Formats: sequence, structure tokens, C-alpha cells
Amino acid sequence: MEHYLGTIIAGTMAGTIARMVMLHLDYRQYPGYPHGYLSHLFLGFIASALGAVAIPAILKPDYTAVTFLALAASQFREIRGIERKTLEHLDENELVKRGSDYIEGIARTFEARNYLSMGCALLTSIAYELGRFPAAVLIALLSIIFVRTFMAGETVGDICEVVPARIWFDNSILMVENIGFINVGLKEIREKILAEGLAVLIIPRNSDARATIHDLGQRQAIAHTVTVLLGTKKDVDIPEFTPLARIDPDSGVVGLYTVPVERDQDALILAVKRTPVLESARSRPLKTEAGRMAAR
Amino acid sequence: MDGGVMENRIMALVTLNMDIVAGGAPIFFARNQEEQVKMARYLARTLDAMVHDLENGVYIIVKHE
Repeated sequence: MEHYLGTIIAGTMAGTIARMVMLHLDYRQYPGYPHGYLSHLFLGFIASALGAVAIPAILKPDYTAVTFLALAASQFREIRGIERKTLEHLDENELVKRGSDYIEGIARTFEARNYLSMGCALLTSIAYELGRFPAAVLIALLSIIFVRTFMAGETVGDICEVVPARIWFDNSILMVENIGFINVGLKEIREKILAEGLAVLIIPRNSDARATIHDLGQRQAIAHTVTVLLGTKKDVDIPEFTPLARIDPDSGVVGLYTVPVERDQDALILAVKRTPVLESARSRPLKTEAGRMAAR
Repeated sequence: MDGGVMENRIMALVTLNMDIVAGGAPIFFARNQEEQVKMARYLARTLDAMVHDLENGVYIIVKHE
């Protein structure tokens, strides 16, 4: 009995630590509600405990005990649903919405992270069985490093160049370089936009990046991130200052316009670059022959 | 209307020339441009909507959702 206790403790600890490390990555896409942290940490602990007892169950031998892993999977799928619902409710009152694509991405990530901590716990408990403490520490470290790099995901900065752009008005049409945005009828608003607005061009590096960045959900996610990090002068009765991302149909470049509270061009570029690439937006036309031919 | 798809509704028109407007939305007649801008601004703020200039003496107040 004591023999298995070490295995279970080692696995559970490794999995929980892995979940903690992944929580640290969350802050850019999830507000730091202490209760949110706590519940996710606790679920990560449960997932790790389930992963850790699998090996002792097989060794005992109690093969049917492994079926509870399937039970755990359905449990964690529910977490995705809960997470999605919470975020959708919160999104209703956001001035600049996250959008359903972003929410789905966050919810899916939360589900997947529980599986990752479960896997981490499983591997560590196997290592403990085979090589005792040193092996367990080594495998735990390796798997934590793996989840950290694996789950960090791509950002817009990885697939696109982001450069400052000029805002100007073609009569009453708001322009960012040569991309037309919206018609702004009131002169005082036009002057304020010229004085306080900021814009960037997001230039995709290849066809894959272009397809990703053209996704409406992805553009919405960028607008949301920019608003969270730099603020916005938009209010319900001043819709003119809504951050917008529009494409140049000829070149495939995306222009982004915002009227931030903190007017800092470099900060805006950084905010756009660090927006995560959404799983639902990511597409790979270059993986197909038709896509490669079209890109030529 | 953030970044993505919008649903737009014309809430009102403010015109300097009654001859070129008609239709379902409420139409407000302004006597001069100064009055037109003021009316458009007030309407937009009241309706949480946006002023668009058609550049032919007509402003439309549009709600983007």
C-alpha cells in the first residue's frame, strides 16, 4: 500500500504543478478572478489524481478501474460547456466583445489543460514505478516544460508583421492607408479621431497567415485584446470609436483602427502581436495543392 | 459592429433638401447646415447611433449592432 502511495503522490503533484504553470499562461485571455483560479486549480488536482491512480490500478491488478478515465473525460467536457456559458454571459456586457470564436477557443483550452495535467500525472507515476524518485522528477520536469511550450500556442506576431499606419479622411470616409473603414459624418468626431486615433497594418507573412487573419473571429479577438490592453474611448453612445479591423481586398493586408485611452503606438503594435491565433481561425491552405498553386 | 459582422438600421434622416428624401425612416428637415449638424448629433446621441454623411446634404443616423 505504501508503495503505491508514493506513486500516486508523485503523479498528483506533478499534474497539479503542471496545471499551475498553465494557469500562469492564462492571464492574457482570462481575467484573474481568484475564484476562477481556485476552481481550475482544484479541477487540475482532480485530473492529476485520476491520472496518477491509473498505474497502481493496473499493477494491483484492477483493470476495470482504468475505465474511470473515460468518466473523467466526460466530466471535463462539461467544464468546457460551463466555461463557454460563463464567458458568453460576461461578453454581453463588454463594449468590445470577445466574440464566440475566442470564447470557444478559451473553453476548449481549459478542457484540454485538464487532459494535459492528467497525462503529466500518468507519465510521472509510470516513471516513479520504474525508476523511483529521480526518474519521477525528471519526467515531471520534462512534461511540464513540454506542456508549457506546447500549450503556449501561436500569436499574431508569429505569423504577421505589424507596422504603424496613417489615419486620414477621404471626405467623410475614415481611411487607414488605403483601406476604407467607415463613414464618419460629424466633423468634431473626425477631428478627434485624427488627433487621438491609432492604426496599424497587419501584414500576413504567407497565404496561411492571410487566411487566418481574414477570419472575422480572429479580427474580433485582436480588437478585443487591443481594447483590454490599451483601453477605448468608445461608449454606448459614441459608436464611432469602436475598434475595427478591415481587410484590403487587393493586397490581403488587414488594417486595425482604434481610439485608445493610452495613446501609444508601440504598445498597440505589441498588443496586436500578442493576440493568440484562434484554433478556429487557423487554416492551412498551403497544405493543399490548390492552395499552393493559388499562392504562386 | 466590432471587427466583424454588423446589423445596420437607419434610424432617421436629417436633410437640407426635402426633394431628395423619402421612405420609411423618420425624416427631419434642417434649415441650414449648422442646424443639420446639431440635429444629427443630438439624434445620434439619443439613439446611441452613428452619423453618416451622404455628402449630398443628407445625414443618415444608423444604428450598428
